[in-house]
Formats: sequence, structure tokens, C-alpha cells
Amino acid sequence: MVYSDKILDHYNNPRNVGSLPKNDPNVGTGIVGAPECGDVMKLQVMVNEETGVIEDAKFKTFGCGSAIASSSLATEWLKGRTLEEAMRIKNTDIVNELSLPPIKIHCSVLAEDAIKAAINDYQKKREEIVHGNGKGAGKPVAAGPDLASKSS
Amino acid sequence: MKLPIYMDSHATTPCDPRVVEAMLPTFTQHFGNAASRNHSYGWEAEALVEKGREQIAALVNCSPKEIVFTSGATESDNLAIKGIAHMFADKGRHIITSVIEHKAVLDSCKRLEKEGFRVTWLPVGKDGLVKTSDVENAIEDDTILVTIMLANNEIGTLNPVGEIGHLCKAKGIFFHCDAVQGLAYEPVDVQEMGIDLLSISAHKMYGPKGIGALYVRRRNPRVRLDPIIDGGGHERGMRSGTLNVPGIVGLGKAAEIVLAERESDAARLRALRDHLRQRLTTELTDVTVNGSLEHRLPNNLNVSFAYVEGESMLMGIKDVAVSSGSACTSASLEPSYVLKALGVHDELAHSSIRFGLHRFTTREEVDYVADLMVRTVRRLREMSPLKEMADEGIDLKKVEWSKH
Repeated sequence: MVYSDKILDHYNNPRNVGSLPKNDPNVGTGIVGAPECGDVMKLQVMVNEETGVIEDAKFKTFGCGSAIASSSLATEWLKGRTLEEAMRIKNTDIVNELSLPPIKIHCSVLAEDAIKAAINDYQKKREEIVHGNGKGAGKPVAAGPDLASKSS
Repeated sequence: MKLPIYMDSHATTPCDPRVVEAMLPTFTQHFGNAASRNHSYGWEAEALVEKGREQIAALVNCSPKEIVFTSGATESDNLAIKGIAHMFADKGRHIITSVIEHKAVLDSCKRLEKEGFRVTWLPVGKDGLVKTSDVENAIEDDTILVTIMLANNEIGTLNPVGEIGHLCKAKGIFFHCDAVQGLAYEPVDVQEMGIDLLSISAHKMYGPKGIGALYVRRRNPRVRLDPIIDGGGHERGMRSGTLNVPGIVGLGKAAEIVLAERESDAARLRALRDHLRQRLTTELTDVTVNGSLEHRLPNNLNVSFAYVEGESMLMGIKDVAVSSGSACTSASLEPSYVLKALGVHDELAHSSIRFGLHRFTTREEVDYVADLMVRTVRRLREMSPLKEMADEGIDLKKVEWSKH
């Protein structure tokens, strides 16, 4: 597979690899994909509860070079955005930025799902806190909408 | 040391320079058509073809008359399987094969299935080996052919071909063996092993691409085949078409070299392969060898590195030419069917790398590859969510993944 320079750059120098404390009430965690499909992305955001701005983002990805690059790029884009802005990131934005080959489009779909799953997790935590029963979720349940296409 | 390092010898091998040298005169000097009976160009070409036939016959212990030249092993497999089925359809319509055969065998059998033949697809164990007892149990009254490979092209496992051959002999069933991956490293004797048809490819044994052969037994029993290519009646009518004289000379020379050097080559490669395995399994955790180590080609190593995906590993070792069983590296987007047949979880199939050492592999190259592999796997595990979860004591098999 011949990759664009941008994919290679993210693969060789991935941004924001790592983990945030998943039980922190200001941290949202999204885990999407499945090992048997060949890719799993974990994406985390740390949100400023006052401003709703994402102050930090981290990822870990099991997958091909495109999957690693897509999630690395996603964390770069998330930092400094409000949750609303972050929810508007589309997989096609990632495809265009990285020049993903057609066979790797599902990697960008997975990254979009990971963003949404992380934000949903954060919002769920906030709701639980508002309703007074928040302990902060931390169960390793992978979440994310089913993708129609078979991925690798 | 020249980069990139080639370790994909199950896909193809480099030509031995001695093979190339033997072939060269056939392009400009001895370029005649071996079927031309009226002039010296034709006679010379025919003599070269006959020499090639003798060299191959010597490698597998048969008569030169029993060698049919083809364009390669895919054609040899097709000719053997379809040729027997169509010739002996009146005698029986049942064929036995295994699920880890090469696609040329699997797809030939599938086509026959569509034509109304019945095919038994034998499973393999975790060791990647076909059991002789499974073959025996699968035999029916109208079984006409058993086709089992000598060595698997992904995991290098060696089937008990001699045992299966004897069983087939005793039952009066034709036995075809795709020996492509094994011939350069394992002794093959079609008499001793009870083989009736044997597929051979030049470019997996340091010869050129585009030439192969099929051994077709002439006595005890005489095997007849329905041809798949019709024309001038070359090769005893079994395979028409002008003979590929340069290819035949190359295949013959490659066979001659293998016969002379196979043992020392195999011993050297086994030591190098074991060194590579030793380094990978001691310097990294969670590394598993796929398939039997004991019954295995000396030059093959197929390993899964848990928690990291194959294609991302290949990107990290771009100075090394190897293959992965990961779906991401295949056109079909399906992980390796061979690893799946072994019961290897899809996740570990995605994490597999196949190393194929060859006659020109050096120890320096092996160490370079081991260094690079260890560095890459460590780096990718640092960014693997699966590794992190496993370290936290989470059982990955119990997690509810969002399958997509």
C-alpha cells in the first residue's frame, strides 16, 4: 500500500499517544472497533466543564497505518474545540486531510465514531453527576454505531 | 547489506545466478522451437528440453517421460485435478482435499463441485497438519482423487505425504501432491511416497517464473489426464503449446542445484530460522508460532505478535519484504484462511507475519530483521489499547466490542 506523506508522518510521529484517567469526571472515553476486525481505537477527551472546551485528547489504536493516522489526526483536531465543534468533525474531513485511499475509508469512519463515543461518554458522566449518582463510568465496554461496511 | 531485505521466499525466490547463466544462450543462440524436426535449431532445442526433463526427473525420482511442462504450479494443479476428474468421471465423482491447500487446488475443486463432483474438505488441527486417518475416514466407494500439499505456503507445515500416498495406493485412488513450497528443502521421491501426480514450480526453487511441471505416473498405475489446453499435441497430448525452452532449461538447472545442495541449504536455513525465532520469542512477550514447529519447512517462520496489527508492523519494517496474514494486506479484506483453519483467532491472524528465508539469506540480515521487529512491536504496543487493557487484567475475549 502506497501512503501519503501525511499518513506516514502521523504513523512515524503519532500525536497524543497515551491515556487520560478514565474515572476522572471530566474525561470522556470512546472505544470503537473490534480486535477480530483488525482495528480498535480508544480515544479520550478531557473537557473543561466551565467552557465546554476540549483541553486535552489522547488515543491508542490497534490497527493499520491509516487507522493510527486517523486517530492521531483526530486528537490533534479535538484539542481547543468545543464539544459542539468536535461533534461536527466528519470522516470525510479526515479522508481529505490524509488522502486516505478508498480501501481505507472505514478507518476515518471509525475515528469519527471514536470522537462521538468519547463525547457521549463525557456527557453521560455529566448527567449522572447532575442527577447525583455519578461515580464515573470506567467499564471497558466498546461503544459506537455499527458500520455497514466490512472493515479490515 | 543491501536494503530492503527479502524474506518473502514463499511468494517467490530470486533466480540463482547459475540458473540465469544456463538460460542465457537459449534466447539468442539456441532459440529454436523444440518441435521443429527438420533443422539443427529444433534438434538443439529439443536436446535442451530433454536435459531439463532428466534433471527434474532426477530430483523426484521418476522417468523423464513422466514430466509434463506447464506454465507454473497453478496450471499444474488445474491440469492434475480437472484432468483426473474429467478423465475418470465415470469411475467416481468424489474428491478429497484439505482446507489449507493453495487457491489453485481449492478453486479447481470448487469448480468441479459446481460440475456435480463431491468434495470432502478435510480440516487441520492446531498444528496445521492433515491427518492420514482423516483421509482414510473420508474415502468413499467412488473416491477418485486425493489432493494434499507437501508444505503449506503460509505456515510451512509438512503433511505426512508418504503415509497418505501409501494409503491411496492401497485403496487404488489417485494421489496428487502440490509440492511447490517444499521441493527446494525436503526430499521427494514419488516412488517411495506413492505419489501419482506432483506439481512443481520453478520460481519457488530459485528458477524463473512462468515455468512449472507436472509429474504424471506412467505405470502402476498409468495415469491418464483429460487436457485443459488443446492444440498441437505437445507433451504426450496432455499440454499443447510451444515449449518454453529458456524456462525449461532454468527449471532443470534449478532442480539440479537443489538436488546437489538441498541438504546443506536446509541445515543452514534451519539454523538461521531458529535464531530468528529465538530472538523474537525471548526479546518480546506474547509471541506465538503458528503451526507445528517440528513438521515444518526449515526456512519458514509464521508468528503472531499479540496486540499489534500486521499492516502497521509492515509499515514499521519497511526495509524488510515479508507478508502478513492480516486482512489489511490482502485484496479480499479477509484475514488468512490458513490461520483461521488452524483455529487461530481472527485477532491473532491480523497480528501475524510470515518470514520466508532463502538460499541467499545471511545471518547479518536475520539479526537486522530481528532488531527492527523487536523495536517496531514494542513501539506499536505502546500505542495499543489492547495491550493496555490486557495489562490492566481485562479479558479481551469478554469485552463487548462493537463489531463493524
